[in-house]
Amino acid sequence: MSTRTIQGQKNLQDIRTGSPDGIGGSPLRPDGTLKVKGEFAYSSDLWHEDMLWGMALRSPHPRANILSVDISEALKLPGVYAVLTHEDIPGTKFYGLEIQDQPALAIDKVRYHGEAIAIVAADHPETARRAVKKIKVEYEVLNPIVTEEQCLDPETYGYVHEPHEFKSHGHGNICHSQKLVHGGGVTDEIRALADVVVKGHYEVGMQDQAFLGPESGLAVPAEDGGMDLYVATQWLHVDRQQVAPVLGIPEEKLRLTLAGVGGAFGGREDLSMQIHACLLAQRTGKPVKIVYARDESFFGHVHRHPAKMYYEHGATRDGKLVYADARLVLDGGAYASASPAVVGNAASLGHGPYNIPNVRMEAIALYSNNPSCGAMRGFGAVQACFGYETQMDRLAAELGMDPVELRQLNAMSEGDPMPTGQVIDSPAPVARLLQIVKDRPLPPPLDLDNLDVRTLPGALSNTSHGEGIVRGVGYSVGIKNVGFSEGFDDYSTARVRLEVIGGEPVAMVHTAMAEVGQGGITVHAQIARTELGVEQVTIHPANTEVGSAGSTSASRQTYMTGGAVKYAAEAVKAALIEKGRRRYGWTQTDIILLGGKVISEAGGPLVSIVDLLGDEAIDLTREHHHRPTVPFDKETGQGFGHVQYTFCANRAVVDVDVELGLVKVVELTAAQDVGKALNPLSVVGQIQGGCTQALGLAVMEEIIVKDGKVRNASFTDYLIPTILDTPPIPVDILELPDPNAPYGLRGVGEAPTVSATPSIVAAIRQATGIALNRIPVRPEHLTGTL
Amino acid sequence: MRVTFTANGKPVEADDVWEGESLLYVLRERVGLPGSKNACEQGECGSCTVYLDGTPVCSCLVAAGQVQDREVRTVEGLDENGELGLVQQAFIDAGAVQCGFCTPGLLVQTDALLEQDAQPSDTDIREALSGNLCRCTGYEKIMDAVRLASARKCQKAGASE
Amino acid sequence: MEFLRPATWDEALAAKAEYPAALPISGGTDVMVEMNFDVHRPSAILDLNRITELSEWQIADGVVQLGASVPYTRIINELSGPLPGLALAAHTVGSPQIRNRGGVGGNLGGASPAGDAHPALLAAGRDVFVEVASQARGTRLIAIDDFYVGVKRNSMEKDELIRRVHIPVADGPQQFSKIGTRNAMVIAVCAFGFALHPKNGTVGTGIGSAAPTPRRAVEAEEYLAGVLAERGLWQSGDLLGTEVIQKFGELVKAAASPIDDVRGTAEYRRHSLAVMARRTLTWTWNDYSKQIRSAA
Repeated sequence: MSTRTIQGQKNLQDIRTGSPDGIGGSPLRPDGTLKVKGEFAYSSDLWHEDMLWGMALRSPHPRANILSVDISEALKLPGVYAVLTHEDIPGTKFYGLEIQDQPALAIDKVRYHGEAIAIVAADHPETARRAVKKIKVEYEVLNPIVTEEQCLDPETYGYVHEPHEFKSHGHGNICHSQKLVHGGGVTDEIRALADVVVKGHYEVGMQDQAFLGPESGLAVPAEDGGMDLYVATQWLHVDRQQVAPVLGIPEEKLRLTLAGVGGAFGGREDLSMQIHACLLAQRTGKPVKIVYARDESFFGHVHRHPAKMYYEHGATRDGKLVYADARLVLDGGAYASASPAVVGNAASLGHGPYNIPNVRMEAIALYSNNPSCGAMRGFGAVQACFGYETQMDRLAAELGMDPVELRQLNAMSEGDPMPTGQVIDSPAPVARLLQIVKDRPLPPPLDLDNLDVRTLPGALSNTSHGEGIVRGVGYSVGIKNVGFSEGFDDYSTARVRLEVIGGEPVAMVHTAMAEVGQGGITVHAQIARTELGVEQVTIHPANTEVGSAGSTSASRQTYMTGGAVKYAAEAVKAALIEKGRRRYGWTQTDIILLGGKVISEAGGPLVSIVDLLGDEAIDLTREHHHRPTVPFDKETGQGFGHVQYTFCANRAVVDVDVELGLVKVVELTAAQDVGKALNPLSVVGQIQGGCTQALGLAVMEEIIVKDGKVRNASFTDYLIPTILDTPPIPVDILELPDPNAPYGLRGVGEAPTVSATPSIVAAIRQATGIALNRIPVRPEHLTGTL
Repeated sequence: MRVTFTANGKPVEADDVWEGESLLYVLRERVGLPGSKNACEQGECGSCTVYLDGTPVCSCLVAAGQVQDREVRTVEGLDENGELGLVQQAFIDAGAVQCGFCTPGLLVQTDALLEQDAQPSDTDIREALSGNLCRCTGYEKIMDAVRLASARKCQKAGASE
Repeated sequence: MEFLRPATWDEALAAKAEYPAALPISGGTDVMVEMNFDVHRPSAILDLNRITELSEWQIADGVVQLGASVPYTRIINELSGPLPGLALAAHTVGSPQIRNRGGVGGNLGGASPAGDAHPALLAAGRDVFVEVASQARGTRLIAIDDFYVGVKRNSMEKDELIRRVHIPVADGPQQFSKIGTRNAMVIAVCAFGFALHPKNGTVGTGIGSAAPTPRRAVEAEEYLAGVLAERGLWQSGDLLGTEVIQKFGELVKAAASPIDDVRGTAEYRRHSLAVMARRTLTWTWNDYSKQIRSAA
């Protein structure tokens, strides 16, 4: 059996649901039928009478002064309605998720290859393309600041943001930094306590989210001087908060509605085409649609921070970790985006899911003239995990220990302190998860007598008929935080309405949650069914008419917006029961809603929901705030900084053609504690998808940047795994409830993306005996032909 | 230029087509069939897969003018007399749809696979779908969906014999 | 931009004569990418889909006459017997959807060093000819060794179109290997085609993506043909021995002049060519030996 669920001993609460489509079931997606019929309206499918097409002119240089921009020829082209530069912006000219350091259109200089300089609205995409080519920009090209050495020496190499314009918390070309000291830190005395020391430098390449649905949306000017924007995003309200000031209109006049989202993975957390479409619509008075082509998509969103990491671990001869010392340098590129949060994660999670009595950690994000980096699934934790897990394997080898046993010996569990001082106050079954993947039977060895070339490294490319193929097995485990951290109140809002429609009780759930494919809307309906005892649930389109749902990121939506739906539904339930008490004088305290009825658990049915509700609708909105966190101390990294932790363990089995350096992952198992699987089918889908993105980072995915220029902005050369690259992914779901979380659930989406990469690299290492300190692993690394 | 062709059994006509336009653009922007998806527009993702005269192809790589007088069948034409087609239903049931952007192309390609071979091996499925990228699912549920569709198709064929 | 839709080959030649800058399109694999990403804006596009003979093949006098637009899928399904090397190469082209539409005409017209068909065509021998035609000068055959002249340049004139390729029916085992950093749908980092031609005692090689043009490893071919003849191996089918295989691999490697690019390093390309050369030689020779032995 490929998927198994293992329930915890201590179930927090018995979740009563009268419906198989309630919590714990796997009802089908409410948007599934539309999606398989091709009728689901993605942001790139939108159409409006009289609509224009927007397009941006982007910089071919990573660093240059703009001496002049001449739009006159472009404006003369028939079919062109507007050509705008930063001079045409009516409001504030900067935006940003955490730090407003990014100009909506470049002002006098460009800081990365692909930065937008001017935008065009025209009657056809081809007209817009021709117009963009007619815009003349005169550049003074400057040497880009791209290496760590260059970034850290601004006196010599220059500033990405001049000191007078610097807006971040750092200084020079450092966007953000975070230190951490735990126990005695790392001193000569502490080092002396270790019998064995391993040190290493590790590198992570720049990964891209590579969602399939390109950035796109439609801005429609409204009669009230405001704007309606239909867009694929991860967080409607934070988009509005950034766009409205640029347009110079109050937030309430900018109404956002979520259009269909073709995947996100962090890449839609920042703005892309939103401001540009709105500016063009504002200027022309016509609806404007922007759809990025794939090359523009690579320039139009932030990527995963590439990292250079130094790790040093000391342990006793029997394998107990004594100390960890690490420095993680993350390249944030031209603008801040989510860099501060990425740094916070890297510093606070960079030790891994291990008890280490003494830790010293420093993480910094650089400003550079490389592409901007920000949110991608597992950020900060992904890079670190490759470092510390490689170290664990090396340490195990040094000690002659089994790598899983070494990890288990040092594994955190509930009640242990993080190096931040925060005690883990819910299950942390790190050792158990490792045991689960270890205990899985291994896939059968390669059958050399019945080879199917398609199952070998190289597959259809017919590179091996069995020659050079060596199998390897590797393990890893990772830790990720859930929700926004460091004092941020990323609350969520839900509105639930209960009424009788056509003689049936129907619940409606309205949130601003961005459904990006993860299945949040399925879960919302399940929660409403469970809490309200109804079968029929409708999901209101997500928009800004209701309060913020926070971002669909940080593995947080089921926790936060799922929680908000739960609380709103509970309030509706309480109001309905109160109505019954007033009408019927009920005194029972055990009243619940189940199967369309109001029921006393001891006494049986009291009345049907339909009869009790009558013509009335109960319509209530609730906010869900997670428990408060605090910022980490800047120097010591101490503080209750994270809402929740999540863990995943993996075992990878690979076949490597050691002569050609080609890899085929044969199997990738995962075991993850999810607290409570509200929808097991979706949970497994998240874990398998997360593992596959990790596989991509392990063996193929990298945006190649040379001297600040992106060399592979296409799906021809930025490769993501195909179905022939992806192995069976058996999943074990562990359900150990978190008492602090709604239904005991634990965020799911990111942990496998954090943990799976190092297991694959470890397996390749075992097959080849090569150190492999950089990901993605390329054939050149495996054949010594770099 | 004007292009006329058959889409999902119905004659369609598109006017003022720019000569460099793709079939994908014509379907999505001119004849009201946006089901085929525009993920890469360079034949590297399969999201725009449609049948052209019965053969699955990337509609982004077909010039609009090339479909004059020819037959195109898109995801919108995969239903069976208004009901969800067998492959469509299997993708929903197996949880193979997340963001769904790859789904239309996968459905057409799977439909074509099962037309050729109702009981493909896992490796045959992987080969047949190797031109369809999915970024959400890790392909496991897609494998499940194709196996499910295959089983149902065989069952149906058995029942009607 | 004009869109030209000739119904016949003669109409196509007339159109190409009138619009020499017209870009021929058949499977669209390369042309439409250039359209979609604004790489190229030709004055006219010349659609060849209506010309049925371009999608036909026949065998005459031991030579396959392969229409320029016969899709790779059909080459795999219908021609893996007479053209095993090309069929294997066809199987590595893009995706199933691309193989359903693309044919060798596109590879030859584009003349990219990364085209998958080229190494197989080169390996198929020196009697492979590209049949091109123009309205003004009629038909001519270009030997495959004279066809590739530079990076993405072939020896065709502006008014010419590719009609078909003449490829001798295989008289011995053929193989094709390609390196990609993904297990499907990948552009060649480098590729190698190899064929044994027992009838005339030669061997054929073809190197892809490791030089400005697809090219033959001439010294490797001569060395191996020499060894096979000197030692009577064509007759005996005896083992080649590791030394010969090794030397052959080194000579193939030496024939390449690759560059470093985003897909791979020059060093890796050389290295992997040697490996592919050794392996494909081993596979084909094992097959050949089996044939000899079973015939004996």
